[in-house]
Amino acid sequence: MLLSPYLVMLLTALKPAAELRATPPRLLPGEWQPGTFLDVLGDAEFQGWLSVSLVVALASTVLVVVAAAPAAYYTARYRFRGRAAFLFLVLVTQMFAPTALVVGLYRQFFELGLINTYAALILTNAGFNLAFAVWILRAFFASIPREIEEAAAVDGCGRLRTLIGIVLPLSLPGIVTAAVFAFIAAWNEYIVALTLMTDPAMKPLTVGITTYVTAYVQHWNSLFAASILAIVPVVVLFALVERYLVGGLTAGSLK
Amino acid sequence: MGTRNYVRLAEQEALPSVVANTVVWVAVVVAVTLLVSLALAQFLALEFPGRRVVRWALIVPWAASLVMTAKLFVWIYDYYFGILNQALVALGILAAPVDWLGDDTTVMGAMIAVGVFVSLPFTTYVLLAGLQTIPGEVYEAARVDGASRWRTYGSVTLPLLRPALLVAIVLNVIYVFNSFPIVWTLNDRNPGFSHDTLITYMYKIAFKSALRDVGLSAALGVVNVLAILLAVVVYLRAVRWRDQEA
Repeated sequence: MLLSPYLVMLLTALKPAAELRATPPRLLPGEWQPGTFLDVLGDAEFQGWLSVSLVVALASTVLVVVAAAPAAYYTARYRFRGRAAFLFLVLVTQMFAPTALVVGLYRQFFELGLINTYAALILTNAGFNLAFAVWILRAFFASIPREIEEAAAVDGCGRLRTLIGIVLPLSLPGIVTAAVFAFIAAWNEYIVALTLMTDPAMKPLTVGITTYVTAYVQHWNSLFAASILAIVPVVVLFALVERYLVGGLTAGSLK
Repeated sequence: MGTRNYVRLAEQEALPSVVANTVVWVAVVVAVTLLVSLALAQFLALEFPGRRVVRWALIVPWAASLVMTAKLFVWIYDYYFGILNQALVALGILAAPVDWLGDDTTVMGAMIAVGVFVSLPFTTYVLLAGLQTIPGEVYEAARVDGASRWRTYGSVTLPLLRPALLVAIVLNVIYVFNSFPIVWTLNDRNPGFSHDTLITYMYKIAFKSALRDVGLSAALGVVNVLAILLAVVVYLRAVRWRDQEA
C-alpha cells in the first residue's frame, strides 16, 4: 500500500512519452523504455542540479557535524550555568521550520548579496539541521561511561588524545547518524532553495526537476526518472540509520 | 514601522478562509495519521515473516523528497491521465472521472490524503518505539486477570502509550502546520488563496501574488512563529509532565 504510489512513479518513468497521453491510462508501459533514465543522466541541466545538491548537502553536513560535536560533547560532560536553557534554545530552533522564516531569510541574504550562492543555502541548511545533531550526539556522548576517559587519563593520555583516540571512535554511530540525517534533510530541502536560488544554473535537484513538468512542458517520465535517481540513494542511507532517528527526533522524551 | 502591517494583515479578505483551511488541514491530517499509525504500529510490533520488508517500505515516503512525492500525486490525481480516476471508474466506485485538484470540493481532501501518507512513517515509528517500552509482564497480568483484548488495549496499552502519543501529536502538529511542498504543489493550478494554508499564503503574499508585499508577509511570518512557539510550550509541558509521572 505504502509503496504503490512509488510503483506508479517507476512504471511511468519507464513509459515512452507517447504513452503518457494514452486514454484510458494504463498502469504498465506498453513498451518498456529504460532509456529515459540514461537521457536524464546525460542531461546537462540534470547534472547541474545534481552537483548543486551534492555540494550543498555535503558542505552543510560537514558544517553541522563540526559545529555540533563540540557543543554536544560539552553539554553531555559538564554541568554549567544555563545548560538547560541552552538545550531548550537548541530545541526551539528545531521547531522553527525554515518555512516560517523564509521571508526573513530572503531579506537577509538579499542585503548580504548572497542570493544564488552556495553559501546561502549551505548556511541555512546547516543552521536548521544543527539542533537535531546536537541532541542526538549529546545522547551518544552521554552514553559513553566517564570511567573510560578517566582510565585513559590515568594511563597518561592527554585530553585531546582521549577525545580523538577513544571518545570519537566510540561515538562513531552517533556521528554517522547525525551526518546522514543532516545530509538527507539538506538533500530534500525545498522551500529555501526555491526562494534563494532564482538562477536556473544554481537550482538543486528538488527545485530543478520540477521544470520537467510545467504549464508548457509535461515530461512526466523524465520527472519521475529523475525523482527515482534522487530518492533511491537517500532511502538506502535512511535505512542504515533508521533505528536511531526516532530516538533523536523525540529528543529524550521517550525512554 | 509599528503595527501597520499587522493591522493590514487582519484586514486581508482571504485571511479567515486561510485560517479555516489551516485548522482543517492540521486537525484532519494529524487525527487520521494517528489513527492509522496506531493500527500500523500495533501490526509492526508483531513478529511475522517479512516484517523487515514492511519496515523498509514504510521508510520510503519518509526519506523521499516531499516535492517529488507531491508531484507524483499530481500525476496520480490527473483528470485525464491519472491512474486514480481510471481505477475508481473501472471498479465502479465512481461513475465519471473527478478533477481532484481542480474541483473546489475535492482539493482539500486530496491534499489531506497526501499529508497523511507522508506523515505515517514518522508517527508509526514513534508509536512503535512507545509500544516497545511496555513490558510483556503487564499484558500477562491483564490476561491472568481475565481482561478481554479490547479491554486490555483500552486500559493497559493506551494509557502506557500516552507519552508516545503526546510526542507524536505535538511534533506532527508542528510538522503539518509548517508543511509547504504538498499544498504548494497540489494546489498549484488554482488561482487566489481559496485552498491555501497560512504557510503557503505567507509565501504567496511575498513572492507570487500581485501583492508582492514583503512587510505583510513578514507580519504573518511572526504570527506563524508565535503559533509554533505556543506548540513548543505545550510540547515541553508534555515532556515535563512525563518526568513527574515517572
